[in-house]
Amino acid sequence: MSAASINGVRPVVVFAIGNPSRGDDAIGPLLYDRLSAWLEGQGLAERFDLYEDFQLQIEHAIDLKGRQMALFIDAGDNTPGPFTFSRIAPHEGIAHTSHALPPESVLQVYRQIEGEDPPPAFVLCVRGEQFELGKPLGAAAASHVEQAFVFLAGLCRVAERAAWVEAAAAG
Amino acid sequence: MFALETAAHPETLRRIAIDPVTRVEGHGKVTLLLDQDNKIHQVRLHIVEFRGFEAFIEGRPYWEVPVTVQRLCGICPVSHHLAAVKAMDLIAGYGPLTPTAEKLRRLMHYGQIMQSHAVHFFHLASPDILLGFDSDFTRRNIVGVALDHPEIAKQGVLLRKYGQEVIRHTAGKRVHGTGAIPGGMNKALSQAERDEMAKDIDQMIAWSLGAVHMVKQLHETNPAFYNVFGDFRSNMMGLVRPDGALDFYHGALRAVDADGQTIFDQVDYATYQDVLQEEIKPWSYMKFPHIRSLGAENGWYKVGPLGRIQAASYLSTPLAEAERQAMMALGGGKPVHGTLMYHWARLIEVVHAAEMIRDLLNDPDILGLDLMAEKGARRHEAVGVIEAPRGTLFHHYRVDDNDLVTYCNLIVSTTNNNQAMNEAVRTVARQYLDGNEITEGLLNHIECAIRAYDPCLSCATHALGKMPMTVELIDADGRMLHSLSRG
Repeated sequence: MSAASINGVRPVVVFAIGNPSRGDDAIGPLLYDRLSAWLEGQGLAERFDLYEDFQLQIEHAIDLKGRQMALFIDAGDNTPGPFTFSRIAPHEGIAHTSHALPPESVLQVYRQIEGEDPPPAFVLCVRGEQFELGKPLGAAAASHVEQAFVFLAGLCRVAERAAWVEAAAAG
Repeated sequence: MFALETAAHPETLRRIAIDPVTRVEGHGKVTLLLDQDNKIHQVRLHIVEFRGFEAFIEGRPYWEVPVTVQRLCGICPVSHHLAAVKAMDLIAGYGPLTPTAEKLRRLMHYGQIMQSHAVHFFHLASPDILLGFDSDFTRRNIVGVALDHPEIAKQGVLLRKYGQEVIRHTAGKRVHGTGAIPGGMNKALSQAERDEMAKDIDQMIAWSLGAVHMVKQLHETNPAFYNVFGDFRSNMMGLVRPDGALDFYHGALRAVDADGQTIFDQVDYATYQDVLQEEIKPWSYMKFPHIRSLGAENGWYKVGPLGRIQAASYLSTPLAEAERQAMMALGGGKPVHGTLMYHWARLIEVVHAAEMIRDLLNDPDILGLDLMAEKGARRHEAVGVIEAPRGTLFHHYRVDDNDLVTYCNLIVSTTNNNQAMNEAVRTVARQYLDGNEITEGLLNHIECAIRAYDPCLSCATHALGKMPMTVELIDADGRMLHSLSRG
């Protein structure tokens, strides 16, 4: 993956999900801001497309087109702290219980509408604990963000499938 | 007192809770009280999310509010953005918007209508309609639709994407946009952005028309079911222009009764408290608004697609108006009230939004650079109202001399529909559950009735692992008899 982009599409797409005004749900947007600035500083920005959103939706499947890898960053309230990193696959058996889609379903929507498998996809899920409107990021979540960002920067320095698969296997 | 709202002896009845209702935004809970013969005595839709909104806003500088309110809700941030900025135009002392600024705001709003309605129909409602209310619930979702109807699923995704792109071009970003500011807009539209949107708009109109026709065909397969499901009479309300046409961005309030007769018309929305009253009930955090002159029992109403396209005299675009006439013909000159008709009306609105986007993109004003209105005297109080995707949305603010918000009252679309949604679930419970063995498929009938309103319970918190659904059957002593979880 030496080229910065193939046919104008950057190799890696990153989705950072969350609402900055709902306590630890701000984890995704905070990591988006930090990663965006860091990639610029490192001269790596042209290899990544970053998208921030409140939640994943069906149209995010379109943003997977032509990518070599995809990364979903989100807060999780049942996640072992400080974070988990895992590889995910399309899943058609997941019941959808709100307007939002889980990442696995975004991959499945891609498969159905494009008629091909989505790019290798991974989830960085950072533990949060409280998600009330108007609450700031909690102290524990702030610590988790710091640890997750160090890990995230390491991933982005070596944005290769084999390296990410190995990192996911290590948990 | 409404039928089935409060049972005479709840302590003798068993209780079923659908908690939370799935595929609605936020936390909804339905409780049903039944006797030993499964006869239903009480049905309530409880909504527990709205407290705290006003407190979140009060104390903030007024100019910050149009951006901050977007964080109330992950589903309709643009609606809150525009309703708030309309109020803040007045607070800041600005006069009428420039033609370019108003048209850019309208363009943003129609993009929001299109993307919101598309995701509702293709993602949330079509699984029930296309796969069946009683189909396997693990496949009753967009992925199941994509498996069985790949082209429809793809069109839904692309309609949604198009609406999002309209928002991005007008608001500056896909989320947390700052396009509309008190007095106008802070970003002009470039020729390249205009051309990018224009090249696909005819396709969007064609797909949205196709979706309307699909729903029409589904209706023709079983008109008795679609006409009768959740059918109850109610008043209806929406924003209209002086000539009676529906206007999503700006207009006056009009309410009609169940037969389409006018209750009030051309009411300045700044005086909404003269015509509407909000009632509190002890079992729900959400208020129950009603038309003041008719009282709580007779004055409740529907808002949103089915309510507003029938409260209005017409839609201002030809294709959408033709489809509206076709739908209303089913009522033989009177409004239709079947709950599933909301889906049909919603798709007609997608056609209307797409036609409006096309017309705005072809309007030379849309590329203008005069974005800010003339500024006059500051005000301390103002109201902003728009027709959000789910219905009429009120933002009411008071601001002190330090520019800080001291009072905030929001009546969101779902609050306006509160009593109507309760009536919908009671009607469906009477029609399909009363006296029957309760199954997951029957409970889904209740959820389908709620989802038809596309309630947005404003829980923008999205975190992995959240939002399971649990159905619990509890006897009169509070003992768990049966529990089913999914999610």
